[in-house]
Formats: sequence, structure tokens, C-alpha cells
Amino acid sequence: MQTSIVIAGFGGQGVLFAGQLLAHAALDARKHVTWIPSYGPEMRGGTAHCTVIISDRPVGSPLARHPEIVLAMNQPSAVKYAPLIGLGGLLVVNTSLAEIPATRPDVRLIPVAANEVAEAAGDLRLANVVLLGALLATRPILPAPVVEKALERYLPERHRHLLDANRAAFRAGYASQDEQTRLAA
Amino acid sequence: MTIKLWKGNEAIAEAAVRAGADAYFGYPITPQTELLEYLSSRMPALGRVFLQAESEIGAIHMVYGAASAGKRAFTTSSSPGISLMQEGLSYIAASEVPCVLVDIMRGGPGLGNIQPSQADYFQMTRSAGHGDYHPLVLAPATVQEAVDLMSISFDLAFLYRHLVVLLADGILGQMMEPVEMPPLRTLEDQMPGWALTGAVGRPPRNITSLYLGAEQLEGLNLRLQAKLAQIAAYEQRWESYRTDDAEQLIVAFGTVGRIARSAVDQAREQGQRVGLFRPISLWPFPAQPLAQLSRHVDSILVVEMNAGQMREDVERIVGGPVHFLGRMGGMIPTPEEIVEALPMKPKAQVHRNGSNGAAPVKRIKERSYAPSA
Amino acid sequence: MPPVLERPIENQTNNGSPVLEPVYCFPDSLRDVHTHYCPGCTHGTIHRLVAEVIDELGIRERTLMVAPVGCAVFAYEYFNLDSCEAAHGRAPAMATGLKRVLPDQIVFTYQGDGDLASIGTNEIIHAAARGEKITVIFVNNAVYGMTGGQMAPTSLPGQVTSSSPAGRNPAIQGHPIHIPEMLAGMPGVAYAVRRSVHSVAEIRKTKKAIRQAFQTQLDGLGLSIVEILSSCPTNWRMDPAGALDFIRDQMVPVFPLGDFKVIG
Repeated sequence: MQTSIVIAGFGGQGVLFAGQLLAHAALDARKHVTWIPSYGPEMRGGTAHCTVIISDRPVGSPLARHPEIVLAMNQPSAVKYAPLIGLGGLLVVNTSLAEIPATRPDVRLIPVAANEVAEAAGDLRLANVVLLGALLATRPILPAPVVEKALERYLPERHRHLLDANRAAFRAGYASQDEQTRLAA
Repeated sequence: MTIKLWKGNEAIAEAAVRAGADAYFGYPITPQTELLEYLSSRMPALGRVFLQAESEIGAIHMVYGAASAGKRAFTTSSSPGISLMQEGLSYIAASEVPCVLVDIMRGGPGLGNIQPSQADYFQMTRSAGHGDYHPLVLAPATVQEAVDLMSISFDLAFLYRHLVVLLADGILGQMMEPVEMPPLRTLEDQMPGWALTGAVGRPPRNITSLYLGAEQLEGLNLRLQAKLAQIAAYEQRWESYRTDDAEQLIVAFGTVGRIARSAVDQAREQGQRVGLFRPISLWPFPAQPLAQLSRHVDSILVVEMNAGQMREDVERIVGGPVHFLGRMGGMIPTPEEIVEALPMKPKAQVHRNGSNGAAPVKRIKERSYAPSA
Repeated sequence: MPPVLERPIENQTNNGSPVLEPVYCFPDSLRDVHTHYCPGCTHGTIHRLVAEVIDELGIRERTLMVAPVGCAVFAYEYFNLDSCEAAHGRAPAMATGLKRVLPDQIVFTYQGDGDLASIGTNEIIHAAARGEKITVIFVNNAVYGMTGGQMAPTSLPGQVTSSSPAGRNPAIQGHPIHIPEMLAGMPGVAYAVRRSVHSVAEIRKTKKAIRQAFQTQLDGLGLSIVEILSSCPTNWRMDPAGALDFIRDQMVPVFPLGDFKVIG
């Protein structure tokens, strides 16, 4: 079993951190995992993405041409990655900053107004964690409590004061999809 | 032992620290700068030497100086910076002082870009400076392996009084992976018999690479060659993956080696008998094991992030042309691409009568490694 | 280690007859070997001065020398010191590596003008900027000696060399570089002077400067550099005495002797 996830957005949206959080959680869940960022000369404000591969076996390629899951935090990312998603994949879109892209019938679309959800949870900057919550409610690639625990363990020192807000944002993201799942059922 | 997520560059830096590095001299260049940044706080915290040099040229000659004092000195850079270091590398090799160098390769030639590449294969295995020598070149495929190889690099450098190169690329430098770090080694203060320490109660020592007499210089070269022969005999490293019954063999190193591993699994799922040979030491190249494996397969596909530099070694070893897939300039081959490049396509029935995976000897002569026209 | 004495000291033995104590000793810090330097070349004089200073300071057993590429490339064969041989111009970087891992040792480079002022400007300027606690003996003879007298960064305007046959024309080949003046402005430099060895009086002054340069390092004050105007009769196509006159009459006006920075 192997899952590839691409998280993409503007630099500064916490794209790389969201991926690292997922990677830490995967390691805590005793999975094989790789995390790799896009790296470029831009320091701030450019586009950023990272790829996380979570697997039961040692990970070969740390990159995925057709990721199973894409978290698109802005419009350019949604446009770029929607067509690249693998067969039967999942697209989580931050509808606060992106229109819902035309998707293929085989791709499951999860629209989340992540900025608004994050703001309601306490901090607009936590849209990244909201999307992670929404993802895990939709497709439990890792148990949600493990990710929440990873937040506690790996939130950088300088963001420590935002731990409660992060947790709230993660839960709000999770709840947004959990509810819908139940409604749909 | 705890396993933690480490970024490749930082993991390599920490592994060097734990292996007892006394001194680091470096210069910023993407995609290896995290090494420098990490060491800028870590080394002084342990009372060790960290210095950001004025250039890669300065850095390698500072390493040369510190290594001449018998210390575990190292530097790190990326392709264009390595070009600048070539002068120092050659002096270090000729002077027979131990030195460890990390090259996190990026795309070239010229300023190129900062994306991953394997185009320094020639530079490191063939021409790491003027004169007749090869550094010992180790190419990890995972962050863990980079840590493990870094951990033995100083030992190898001191054992042979030679240059040891850890050759990785931007992917390995930038990616995070779980790593089990070795413990911090405490080294007794080393005082090798050749080190410059001040001529106290003994004749002075001299470290030089100058031998004006032709006979003298040939003597040095013969000594270097004898040492290299010893390294070639003892320091070959490689990994074989699913090769036991393979009909097709992929040869790839470093990052591409791990991507090819995924390709092997994919091809196997499609019913193809594919295996991977991954050289870990690029110099010395594990020629014997590859030659042996090549006798049992029908085709060989070399995959690299360059125009086919290692392919030349592989063709020399297997005695004929092989198939090749190369991406350049920061383009990274995908497992799917590698599977597509396999010369033999999946068959409905792959079993040969009575075959145990080993090819009959006579097929060796019949078989051609050449890509079909 | 016998001290090198500058004048004889007379003693009396018990029976009243005078004994002479040595007035000349070969410095411990030099090896008793013939050098390859040309007749009349003042590298030998400068070697001797450096060796005497090291002896007098009692630091021979903790002094490490970094030799250059140039005429002094074999300096390590002449000095009785632990030493190494740097690539062309890189001596200050190599010295930095040595000094950083052996901070209690005394490290000096011995460099010519092509080595230090041309190919090695990056290394010397940044060693100076960092205030490396090393000593630099910078021997300026205004030509590339070892390769046969080509124009150097310190060649004089109008100077004919094998690569400036019409004489150095500053409009085309640039002006001579004044290293100690340049370095004196850097906070990391504690001692930057220029001396010459064209006369006995100047030789004595040069020795004092070398001594102060090493003392500067011993005191941990920063980088110390002594530029020494030196002769090259062979490549200047002169006899030894004429070459010394050339330093006095031609070089000194372009490279004025003096102290450009003295701290401590």
C-alpha cells in the first residue's frame, strides 16, 4: 500500500509544513515515508509544493508524476495539478482562493473554504491544517489522532503559541468533511 | 535507537559531526546550503571549527591546511563549486592527506540550474582535478544510506590517506526521510605520524605535492596507483535488488537507483522479470558483480540523470552496448518512464522450460545488448 | 637552541685568558643545505632573517610554515620547520586551515608577488578581513622569477619583462599593486609594513619588522604582513650589486618603505 500526496500553494501558505507534518505523522504511525519540496530561487511569495509518499514498503521514487491525492491551496495549484491526479484520486481544493476546477469523473473532489474555516477556528494562516483535517476525514491515510499528536510534537518552537489554534483548525477541517460524509450516507 | 525525519543535507551534516569531524570549511551554493547552515551552529557548539570561506577555492585549501594537521576536515558543495575545488582536490590527493568532500549535484554545464542531476559522474570518478588518480566515490540512494556512508567516510579517508567523495544530488539533499543516526563518536585526539604539529624533538615533517624529479614523481604515482589498486580491491560496494531470476537488468545509482527500484516493482507487477543493480561505490566501480550478473540477463538498461556517463563504465564491463535512458537539466526519470524504456515488453507467458533464472552459457554470445535499430 | 648574537661577548676564564663566545651560529630554524636560489638573490637573506627571528622568539618547535608556488617553492627544504606546500596563491587559505585547528601554533606563509598579489589576492584579502592570526612574509621582486621573469602585479611602470617587452604600460597593463597599503585599512590586520633588503641598514630594519610581525601573532592581535623588496638579478639582467641599487633607486620610489599599520 503506497499513497502519494502533493500539497501545493503560494509560498507562505504553510504548504511545506503541512507536508512535513504528514510525514512526521506517517513515521509515528511506523510507515515508510519521504517528503520532498520544490526548491527554487524564490524566497517568498512564489509558488511552492511538496510531495509526500507514505508506504508500507521502502519508498523508491520520492516523486509522483500522478499523485493519488492533491491538496491545492490556491488557484494556480488547482489548475496545474487537477489534470495530473492519478486514476481514482482525490482533490482537496481551498475554495477560498480557488475556483472548483473541472474534474474528471474518476477524481473525487473535496471543496473546502479553508481560509474561512481557519479564521473561524482562530487564525487565517492555518488553512493548510484545515485542508489536512479535511483530507483525513475523507481518506484516512493516517489516523487523525496521530496527526494531531504530530502537531504537538513537531510544531516549530516559534509557532508554539499557535498550537491550540492549529489543533482547532485541524479539527474544524476534519469536522467539515466528517459531517458531509455523514449527510451523504 | 530513535528514528527521526531528517532533511538529507542536515542529516549528512549531522552524520559528519557524529563521525568526529574536527573542522568544516564551506561556501554557500544551492542545493547544499543547508549543510553549511546546519554546521554553522552545530560545530561551534561542540567546540569544533566552522568557517565560511571566501570561495570554494578558499574552502578546499583551508581543508587542505586543517587536514595537514591530521584533523578530520571536510567541505561540501555543488557542481559549479566542485569545479572550483578541483585544484585543491588534486593537491590533496597528491599530498596524501585525508579529506572528505560532499557533492550535492545540480544541473550543468555552466551555471546550469539548481535542480538535481548526476552529471558530475565523470568529474568525480575521472577528473576530480589534474593528474592520475581517482577519489573514492560513494553514491547513496537514501538519506539513511547517506548517513551511513558519511559515517565511514573519515575512516576510509584516514585509512587510505585519500580523498573520499559522497556524491548525491539535489533530491537527496532536499528530501526528508526517516533516519537512524549513529551515536556521537568520541575520538581520542589523533596524531597521525605524518601530521604537521610542530617539530618537537623530531625532524621536521613536510606535506607537499611537488616532485620535480621525473623519477621521484613517477615514484609518487606508482605509490598512488598501488593504493588505488588496494582501494579497488577492498572498497567496492553495491546493491542487487530482485536480480535472482531477472531477465532484464536495470543499472542505476544514487537517486535514480531508488527510482529504478520502484520501476522494478512496477515491471514485476506487469509480469516482467526485472532486477536492479545499484553501484554504491562509483569508484571503484563494482565491476565483477556487474559482469557476473550481466551473464544471466537478456538485456541491460542504464538509467541516469545525465547523458550516459556511467553507461560508459557499464558497457566496458559487460563488453558491449547497452540500452540507455537519460534525463538531464534537472528532469527526473519516473518509474513509469523507466518501465517504458525496458527493451523487452511484457509477455503473456514468461516461464522458460526448466529455467531457474540463470541463462545458459551459450546465450551470452548470441545475445546483444544493443538497442534494437 | 643557541641564540644568534649580534656582537661578540668577551669572557674571562679562570686563568684570565680571554675566550670568545660564538658570534655567528647557523640558525636552528634553517637546515644546513645549499639553496637553489640564484647568485645575488635576496631570498636567502630573507630566509635567514625569518629563521633568526623564530630562533630568538623560541618558537621553532611550534611554528608551521606554508610555502608558496614561485621561487620560494622549496622553502620547506631550507627551513627546519614542519611545513607544507600550498597551491599557487592559496597559502593564506591553507594557513587559515592550519591555524584554526591548531590555534596555539605559530603559522606563517612565505609568498612572492605573483603568488600573493595576483593569483592569491582573494585568499590574502579574506584572510586579512577575517583577521587570521597568521604572519605573512611577502617577498616582492617585481617579476615572476621561477617562470623566467614575466610581468608581475608589482612590476614597475615602464619595466621591461619577458611578457612586457615594451615596458609595462599602465594604460594597458595596469598599475603596480600596493599590498600593505591596501590591507592596512582592514580592521583584521594588526601589522602591515614594507621593508627592503638592499643594504645592511635595511636588512636590520627588516629583521626587526619580521620580529614584530611574529610578536603580533604571538599576542593574538590579528594578521601581520611584512612586504620585503627583494632582488632578482637573473631576471632583471643585472649583477647582484646593480640589482640592489635597482631596488634602492627604482623600486623604493614606487613602493615606499614604511609602517602602514602597527597595533600593539
